Amino acid sequence: MMSEHQEYYVPDQSKWPIIATFGLGTTLFGAATIMVDGGQGASTSGGWMIFAAGLSLMAYMIFGWFGSVVRESRAGLYSPQMDRSFRWGMSWFIFSEIMFFAAFFGALFYARVFAIPWLGGEGDRGSSNMLWEGFQATWPLINTPDPSLYPAPKGVIGPWGLPLINTILLVSSSFTITVAHHALRAGNRKKLKLWLSATIVLALVFVGLQAEEYMHAYQDLNLTLQSGIYGSTFFMLTGFHGAHVILGTVMLIVMLMRVRKGHFTADSHFGFEATAWYWHFVDAVWLVLFVFVYVI
Amino acid sequence: MSTVADAHTSEHSLGQKHDHHGPAKGWTRWLFTTNHKDIGTMYLIFSFAMFLLGGTMAMVIRAELFQPGLQIVQPEFFNQMTTMHGLIMVFGAVMPAFVGLANWMLPLMVGAPDMALPRMNNWSFWLLPCAFLILVSTLFMDGGGPNFGWTFYAPLSTTYGPPSTTYFIFALHIAGASSIMGAINVIATILNMRAPGMTLMKMPLFVWTWLITAFLLLAVMPVLAGVLTMMLMDINFGTSFFDASGGGDPVLFQHIFWFFGHPEVYIMILPAFGAISHIIPAFSRKPLFGYASMVYAVGAIALLSFLVWAHHMFTVGIPIAGQLFFMYATLLIAVPTGVKVFNWVATMFRGSLTFEAPMLFAIAFVILFTVGGFSGLMLAIAPADFQYHDTYFVVAHFHYVLVPGAIFGIFASAYFWLPKWTGYMYDETLAKTHFWLSFVGMNLAFFPMHFLGLAGMPRRIPDYALQFADFNRVSSIGAFLFGATQLLFLFIVVKCARGSGEPAAAKPWDGAEGLEWTVPSPAPYHTFSTPPEVH
Repeated sequence: MMSEHQEYYVPDQSKWPIIATFGLGTTLFGAATIMVDGGQGASTSGGWMIFAAGLSLMAYMIFGWFGSVVRESRAGLYSPQMDRSFRWGMSWFIFSEIMFFAAFFGALFYARVFAIPWLGGEGDRGSSNMLWEGFQATWPLINTPDPSLYPAPKGVIGPWGLPLINTILLVSSSFTITVAHHALRAGNRKKLKLWLSATIVLALVFVGLQAEEYMHAYQDLNLTLQSGIYGSTFFMLTGFHGAHVILGTVMLIVMLMRVRKGHFTADSHFGFEATAWYWHFVDAVWLVLFVFVYVI
Repeated sequence: MSTVADAHTSEHSLGQKHDHHGPAKGWTRWLFTTNHKDIGTMYLIFSFAMFLLGGTMAMVIRAELFQPGLQIVQPEFFNQMTTMHGLIMVFGAVMPAFVGLANWMLPLMVGAPDMALPRMNNWSFWLLPCAFLILVSTLFMDGGGPNFGWTFYAPLSTTYGPPSTTYFIFALHIAGASSIMGAINVIATILNMRAPGMTLMKMPLFVWTWLITAFLLLAVMPVLAGVLTMMLMDINFGTSFFDASGGGDPVLFQHIFWFFGHPEVYIMILPAFGAISHIIPAFSRKPLFGYASMVYAVGAIALLSFLVWAHHMFTVGIPIAGQLFFMYATLLIAVPTGVKVFNWVATMFRGSLTFEAPMLFAIAFVILFTVGGFSGLMLAIAPADFQYHDTYFVVAHFHYVLVPGAIFGIFASAYFWLPKWTGYMYDETLAKTHFWLSFVGMNLAFFPMHFLGLAGMPRRIPDYALQFADFNRVSSIGAFLFGATQLLFLFIVVKCARGSGEPAAAKPWDGAEGLEWTVPSPAPYHTFSTPPEVH
């Protein structure tokens, strides 16, 4: 038993976490400064400078930190036990991401099931009638209780146009990444590159269509973040999902670059697998989102 | 150092690839470290610093409330003090203290060489000083710091909050990221790094309670991030999550916040449950009564914690069916909690008890936490809560579960494991003094608040009617006593760390059990490079 034990890799001192701390702290302090100064009508250039400095630190850190992990992995320093630590780490990270989305889905369900019917006078909540006489509870909520604060959009985005195409794209991309994964396990690098590239193309087209949908919403429909609770939930859910798609696409591109450099073997490719997990998670969130934000 | 480190593993040194070295030289050791003991120490020091800072704010509050009328501070500043006191104690003192204990003790308890992801561990720690630097700096910004209570209810914090609220949001985002990464590390360590033979139901209870706490953290810290993000958008980008004129609802804020907030209060107590379940058996010289039921009870408490959040919101106006559901679900928590209290008492029953400082704190924990639990039952009864809500009765309740609960649990743990950390025994006489002064001070400070609350004194108000004067004076005196006593704790720990006590044996407590007592005291810089066998 003991002789089989491979030592667990405990890295030596590392400068990356403290750089990451300065990076994240500076980035968010800068972001807050931009928002607060901008909100007071002051110049935001100072905030932008802090923000940019933080972002560059973060970029430097990400290259450096992931670079060391990749080097250590390729040097064979990681035991199967280390591999399991990474797997647990990634799984629980994805779980925490699910809970983050759950908060926003919770807000959507609460608004639809409770808040808006109550505002419309359901149950004994008719008191809102004194504030906003004649407010009609509808979903999608086009006319907000106070349209002077939250102007009404001309319409909302139906599910069977771009959103349906996007659904097909994302589901297909979950399929293509799985084909790529099987190819990697079978040692077929050519097939791996092909299907991984196909996944990236699907992801980029999704992001492009999503951007087009946003422009359509803002320019043609006047559906914005300020359109009341419908716009708030619509843009925050699709927006955070889109941000995750972009992050996942960057991860996929990095994986393609690593594959082209000859990284990963048929048995050892957790970086690729974690990216695939993340991609499936992004896909699953979209399916829930498609049903509850667009269809129902 | 390496000879000491290898001494205990000499029988297991097969497969050892390279020598372990001691800590790096110079101050950069602390910036770059990946060592769980270094990081644990930093967490504990940071947490104590925050405890003193948050405590100082509590002293300002109690000084203002020493007599009726506005004496020392303006109401605006008083509001910032109550808010920052709560935020700092919750996110800066109690949570990091338990993460510090986890860092130090989990690898030693499960026989692992370190935490599963050591570099991320360093990042989790250093994000905290960063977060609190930003949070405390809001006090010096235009319009002052957060003044809406630690629960930052919308629209107080959105429409009516000071401009610095955006900084507050990002500070809590950073602290939350730290907690999430810390929890991932704890879970990966427990699930993946246990010594061969240590099955789940052989794990020490501190390990069990932390496993469940880490799960709670991963489930609710992202929800906190979600509600903070909605606030950020409402304040800066015109969304209307919490604004009814856009179809949103301020009550939505409370639902999401308390979906985080209620599990959060268990996050602050479950690790203490675990530590107490080590300390009481050690000083009773008996195995813990009902190990399996303790594990199941913690699991049950954790599951129930997701189903009770709206008991914080009875008076906000929720449907009667909701009130009934949340009332009964909350009362149900008394069952597993009762199991735990019964088991602790049964462990002591007919044991060979001695009353060193950790045991004193542990026994006070059991009794006084139960007091806090009972006032919790009173508050859980929806119709009664209409009377108690937002009075000092609530303040008394949660200080009884957090001070003699979480804080005494941390003190008990600190005294219990200080010999292992420093290699020296602490000064027992001073430690007992620390206990008795804390015990008396804390009861004087918080017990009268029950009466004040039942008589109708509202919380978070800097002035009060004359009939509340006597109890407030007693309460303030108790708070000053409790606060000043904590400087004695600092003195005791520094004295112990500087090696003025007797050298500690590997197992300084004769009734203690667990792998952490099989390594020398102080624990070498690297332990269990090769896992021990557990039978």
